[in-house]
Amino acid sequence: MILTVFVACVVESIEALTIVLATGITREWRSTFQGMAAALVALAVITAAIGPAIGTLPLTPLRLVVGALLAIFGLQWLRKAVLRATGYKALHDEASAYLREVAAAEAATKEAKRGVTDWYSFTLAFKGVLLEGLEVVFIVITFGDNQKNIGAAVIGAAAAVILVTITGILVKAPLTKVPENWMKFAVGVMLTSFGTFWGAEGAGVAWPGNDAALLVLVPVMALVGAACIFWLRSRKLTAASPAKQSEVVGS
Amino acid sequence: MKHLKAFGAFWYDFIVGDDWHVAALVVIGLAVTALLAHAAKVNAWWLLPVVAVAALVWSLHRATDYRK
Repeated sequence: MILTVFVACVVESIEALTIVLATGITREWRSTFQGMAAALVALAVITAAIGPAIGTLPLTPLRLVVGALLAIFGLQWLRKAVLRATGYKALHDEASAYLREVAAAEAATKEAKRGVTDWYSFTLAFKGVLLEGLEVVFIVITFGDNQKNIGAAVIGAAAAVILVTITGILVKAPLTKVPENWMKFAVGVMLTSFGTFWGAEGAGVAWPGNDAALLVLVPVMALVGAACIFWLRSRKLTAASPAKQSEVVGS
Repeated sequence: MKHLKAFGAFWYDFIVGDDWHVAALVVIGLAVTALLAHAAKVNAWWLLPVVAVAALVWSLHRATDYRK
């Protein structure tokens, strides 16, 4: 469980880091840090407000709702990772994302507002950290509450954020060498498997072998994802070949 | 009103994502599982994994169908 939260948080932290670095290096660090700090406070308030409230709900309906959300969320991650792995969707490239952010930051005018010297840097860092952080909060709360161990989920998330932050400070550049798409694939598999497991349990079924069913569900979902990559790659090859394409369409 | 719309659009995009069919299939799958478990007393643990796999394959097929 901690590993899933950790990997998911690494992916989200890398995306947030790219935005923060682009803003801070191009414009100014003070307003960027203010924006980042404001977003972290907002995330802490959201977690503190929603986390314990969800924890008081009865487990069965909680598992039904959380399972549904996790399965939907996980399938979207898995879908995106498969499409990126097969070239149907452009890979999330931190280097080009960074360059886009830098170009936008350079073009924007500087404006002081509400005690912040550069409002653009503040809002960009705030939005980036808040949006990526919300996904982390969602995963931490759902996994933590379902396993009745929110502390472990928080430790996994905090470790990921600290690791990415320290690496970012040392490298002072977007983390382009991280296999982000494969991490996204792994998280997609885990979220879908756990979501399916909890959702079905919440709907009233008893899994054969109880929790041990996850030991089958996770590899099966991973195999399905891998098979989808294989299928789409061969489909792309078929589509690229005109002779084969007419054969397929005509069959 | 504009802010309310943006708020709604954000949560829709956050939870449902690129293909709403996936979300719809998962919800239908859960509803049928609950119906089978409570009304027909069938322990349909296999249904949701099958629905999840079908939703993924169907969504990928729709996203990559070159004949569209």
